Amino acid sequence: MTERLGLLILSALAWVGEVALFGIRAIYEAFLPPYEWKEVARHVFEIGWRSVPLIALSGFAIGVVLSMHTRASLERFGAEAMIPAGLAIALIRETGPLVAGLLISGRVGAGIGAELGAMKVTEQIDALEAVAVDSFKFLAVTRILACIIAMPLLTTIMDFCGIFGGFVAEASISGMSPQLYFNRAFSVIEFTDFIPATLKTAVFGLIIGTVASYLGFNTTQGTEGVGRASTSSVVLASICIILSNVVLVKFIFFMFPAKA
Amino acid sequence: MNQNDTSPAVKLEGVTKAFKDRKVLDNITLEVAQGTGFCLLGRSGTGKSVTLKHIIGLLRPDSGHVYVHGKDVSALNGRELAEIRRSMGFLFQNSALFDSITVGENVAFPMRRHTDWPDSKIREVARAKLADVDLEKDYDKMPGDLSGGMKKRAGLARAMALDPDILLVDEPSAGLDPITSAEIDALLVNLKKKGTTLVVVTHNIPSARHVGDELAMLHEGRIIAQGTAEELDRSDDEMVRAFMRSEGSG
Repeated sequence: MTERLGLLILSALAWVGEVALFGIRAIYEAFLPPYEWKEVARHVFEIGWRSVPLIALSGFAIGVVLSMHTRASLERFGAEAMIPAGLAIALIRETGPLVAGLLISGRVGAGIGAELGAMKVTEQIDALEAVAVDSFKFLAVTRILACIIAMPLLTTIMDFCGIFGGFVAEASISGMSPQLYFNRAFSVIEFTDFIPATLKTAVFGLIIGTVASYLGFNTTQGTEGVGRASTSSVVLASICIILSNVVLVKFIFFMFPAKA
Repeated sequence: MNQNDTSPAVKLEGVTKAFKDRKVLDNITLEVAQGTGFCLLGRSGTGKSVTLKHIIGLLRPDSGHVYVHGKDVSALNGRELAEIRRSMGFLFQNSALFDSITVGENVAFPMRRHTDWPDSKIREVARAKLADVDLEKDYDKMPGDLSGGMKKRAGLARAMALDPDILLVDEPSAGLDPITSAEIDALLVNLKKKGTTLVVVTHNIPSARHVGDELAMLHEGRIIAQGTAEELDRSDDEMVRAFMRSEGSG
């Protein structure tokens, strides 16, 4: 039993090591020519722009729900005036980045895993190499960079849609004016709240792109393998995001102690 | 490529390759003269496709060397390997067309990557390549809309996009009807006449007789016979003679 558990932990660590090396290689190769800016831009559009409806709608709904919950709690203490500020802090510091990461891991991670997996099993990756194109750079590096670029932008959209959703909920209950709501919301937000929390999602983007590309590149066993690569991309990227978030939050508190 | 150069276009020297415990190629040595057609025969799973992938550097031998135009492919990395790959075309068994772009863009892809031609010229050349394989009207179709034979011809057009000196062809007649198969063979012979070196993997004997100047038969990772079709017909090995008598289609 102990031996099996040990083997399981060892194989998990070996997997993490392989994925980490894959990601490090991607970052290293991103700085070497030839640069694939056109492909990166195309993927930022595919990954970023096409995710905006999902992110905006989810952000809005989360804002509404958070506002209702916050009101229910703060009402007991007669602190309804704190609702906009509390909601903005919760969204910008943690809820927005984490939920955006998990949503993009589902939408984009699955897509990258399935697309690259299908290309692997149909020899399209070999075909790229055969026409003298570096498949790793063309397929993996571009997608990973696009995820890194898109995540902070999408998180910002989610934050603002969430705050707007909170306003809609609050206005419909208490009739608070938009000017008062947004004044109260942004009066407590500083750049040190927004910048580190939003930039940490670049790490989430790195994780999503790396895990999904790695699994896509290592797909075997035909269409069944493609399905597995797609599902595993979502599951493993989500786990990695949640775990890395702990370390990143600790790091942010270390760098900005006033925010702890 | 220097036309007066008499060195082999492709040379394998003691190439051995194993996947896990299974030895797929066992000390393979062969040479392909420039401008000739070389057919690699053998039953399924004998290492024919693996041999092709070694030539273009998609696989590296556990031991031995693979030379293309005198350069050791197995020792090349990055830019040098890309350079040597630009002198080769590869037609995959399942065509391996990029399914997210049109047929025309598949053919244009190598030109977009490796030339600084304007878009209009790239499109023009891609159309011409598609016309060579009778697919000019299918430029804007997606690969998923093509039949197996059309995909194969589109794959051939893409493989020929940069006018390579060497064309590697994996099972050109696999899954095709005899007429389409004969059309592909005719295209290959035509390319050979224009000076392209062909390395063709097949177990279709009529096709091999048509395309190949020299044939070699792989069995359990080893070359058990090599020579012209007539020489293999007269082989001492009964299995080789039986294989050559077969009408195996794809």
